[in-house]
This record gives sequence, structure tokens and C-alpha cells, in this order.
Amino acid sequence: MSFDWAVILGNAKFLLLQGLIGIGAYGGGTLRLAIPAILLGFCVGIVLGLARLASRPWIHYPAVIYIEVMRGIPLVMVIFWFWFLVPVMIGRAVPEYWVALTAFVIFEGAYIGEIIRAGIQSVPKGQNDAATASGLSYVQTMWSIILPQAIRNMIPSLVTQFIVLFKDTSLASIIGMMDLTKAAQTVSERDIRPFEMYLFIAVVYWVFTYSMSRFSRWLEVRMSPERST
Amino acid sequence: MPILAAFFGFTYEFRWPILWAAPHPTWLIDGILTTLRLSVLSWVFAVILGIIFGALRTVPYRPLRAVATVYVEFFRNVPLLVWLFFWYFGAPEVFPEFVRQWFIRHGIEMWSAIAAISFYHGARFAEVIRAGIQSIPKTQLEAGIASGLSVGQTYRLIIIPIALRLIVPPATNESLNLLKNTSLAMTIGVAELTFATRQIETYTAKAIEAFTAGTLIYLV
Repeated sequence: MSFDWAVILGNAKFLLLQGLIGIGAYGGGTLRLAIPAILLGFCVGIVLGLARLASRPWIHYPAVIYIEVMRGIPLVMVIFWFWFLVPVMIGRAVPEYWVALTAFVIFEGAYIGEIIRAGIQSVPKGQNDAATASGLSYVQTMWSIILPQAIRNMIPSLVTQFIVLFKDTSLASIIGMMDLTKAAQTVSERDIRPFEMYLFIAVVYWVFTYSMSRFSRWLEVRMSPERST
Repeated sequence: MPILAAFFGFTYEFRWPILWAAPHPTWLIDGILTTLRLSVLSWVFAVILGIIFGALRTVPYRPLRAVATVYVEFFRNVPLLVWLFFWYFGAPEVFPEFVRQWFIRHGIEMWSAIAAISFYHGARFAEVIRAGIQSIPKTQLEAGIASGLSVGQTYRLIIIPIALRLIVPPATNESLNLLKNTSLAMTIGVAELTFATRQIETYTAKAIEAFTAGTLIYLV
């Protein structure tokens, strides 16, 4: 049984353009899902991280429960929850892309919240004291002093989380969103060469995630001489 | 419940008793058992692969290190779902006919899932173990060799036992990840917990009750 290159070359355009980027009739796309998901997840994560560090119990405990639940169940479950709940709540059918995006933001927001909490806690407490002594309010302290330092500390973890999120976008194919994995599924159902197809997308995923992890290592090296802590 | 209905602005008939109506608990329990069986088998293989390749990444021989690095980086960076499809749809084509028939007769879904999860988490365990080994002072290795043990023996008798004790926290985290990732096996037809949850949902159209059950079981 020989390796069929033609099926890869013939379908590469569909796989990469529709599956990976999201340009085409189906809407979807791995990158089109991953990039907004990480950006929105970052916003959710900041809120969650700060909420988890809050001293007021009515902010702190809901955040803890939310984070622990999201970290305890598989992403597949979360995707299915949203797949069934969102259309019922809104009252009409929702395209898979938006269901997937919502599920990802909610799920990854919890993990990013933990990263941000760790980042904030890694800033020396003296900064907080100095800020209070200088008369800054909580918001001013967080916005101008703590968060900038915290974010620099956690950029490597955030890039790692983005790599994880990028790989997890493959799960969106389960509800039918046309990402790279679903594109490969569609093609291999038509052309009946699953070995070549899945190997091809394995390589594509690998190229992206390996480049991102090299980038993360480069970032770490570049940032370390400048770190003051 | 009426409060929830009013909040969501829809009418959803909650019927919690379906959870313990006739065959549904059996499905859930079968699902749990399958999840556990899949997890334990994959975990054993993953740990073995992880120890082998994690240790190989730290040995003083360049070719062995290169082989281990290729394995770890390749299997780790590709999503598990893609691996599941590869091992279930793609890989059996490469094997000769009689091997394929044996697998098909003996539950190929489970074996593909075990293969995919073992290789993927084996690569992740390898990273954890590598980190553990690298945190052991190099003097241990040197002392072992100075005492007359070969490199292999030093690793087997000294380094790896120490590393295994060091890495218990991240290893526990990875093991939990493995358990959660077994839910992906439902996509290739392994009747584990998430699959059972969906089965209840499709049979009764009561999604919320079914998924609540599944979610709570995972949390426990």
C-alpha cells in the first residue's frame, strides 16, 4: 500500500484555507476560533484572577467555584453543555462557531484566571504596600503597578496556555465546526485516505505548536535579563 | 425550577427521575467502568512510555536523546483528537489484514483509544519525568558511575526512583488530565462516560439532567 501524496496536495488548499484559517463557505476555522478565544479568555481571566484574590467572600467564593468546576470537567462536556443550552436560552439555532467560541472562552478563562492569579501573587508584596503608602487606590495600584509587572511574569505561561487552546480547538469539530480536524474528516470521508489526511493535519498542528513553543522559549530568554525579580 | 425557567425565558420540562429510570443508570455505570478501564490501561502504558522516553532525554548519549526528543515533541504537540482519529481510522490500514481482523473482532475502538491516549500522555509524562530527573543533582549520576554501576543501572536503581518521588504533584496533575481526556474517546465510539451521557440525552431529549449527571460524576 503506497503513500498517496496526490490526495494531500489536492486537498491542501481546502484543509488549510477553510480548516485552518476559516475562509470559505463553511465559516469556522481553527485560527478564527483560537485567536478571539485567547483574547476574550484573557479578559475573562483577568476578572476571574482578581475575583479569586478578592477578600470579600461574595466575590471570592463564586470565582473559586467557577474555576474549580471548569478545571474538573473535560472540555468536551463544556462544549456539549453550551451546544445544548445556548440555542435553548436564546431561542433559535446558533452556528457552531459561536457555541464553540463561548465554550472556549468560558473554559479557558478559568485556566487563564489561575495563571493571572499566580502572576499577580508573584509580584512582591512590597509593591502593594508602597502603592498604598503613596496614596493610590486599589484600582490605580492594580492598573498601573501590579498588573503590568504580573503580566510580564506570566507571558510564558500565557503562551503555553495559547498552545494548549490551539490544540483544544480540534474538539470544536465534535459539534461540527469546520476546523482543521473536521476538514480532514470531511475529506477523508470523501477520498477514503484517512492515513494520509490525519498525518497531514498532524504535521500542520505540529508545525504551529512547535513554532509557538520555540517562540515562547525565545520570549523567556529575551525577558530574563530584564526581569528585576 | 420555575425560577430558572423564568430566568431563561423558555419552558423546559425538568424530569430528574429519568436519571434513575430503567436502563439509564446502567448506561452511566457502564460508562464509568469503561472510562476507568480505559484510563487505567492507558495510564499504565503512558507511565511506562513516559519513564523510558523521559529518562532517554537526559542520558549522555546524543542519538538516544535525539530519538526521545523527536517522540516527545511530535506526539505532544498534536491534539489528542487528531491522534484518536489517526489511530482509529488511519493506522489500521498500515497493518496486514490478519492483524486488522483480530483487532476488529476484539474491540478496535478501545485499542485505538488506548494507543492514542498512551502515546500522547506518554509524551507528556516524559516531559514531567525529564523535569524531575533534571532537578536531581548531577552528583547522584556521577556517584553511581563512580561506584561501578553502568549508566543504565544507575538510572534504573538510583535516578528514576528518586525522580518518581519528586514528581508526584505534576504527575498527579497529568493523571487527572488523562482521566479527563478519556472523554475524547467517545468520538471514535468508545462507550465511556461522556458517550453514556449523550446516549441518555438522545434517548430522552432531557439534556440538562443527563449532562448534570455526567458533570457531577467527573467532578467527583
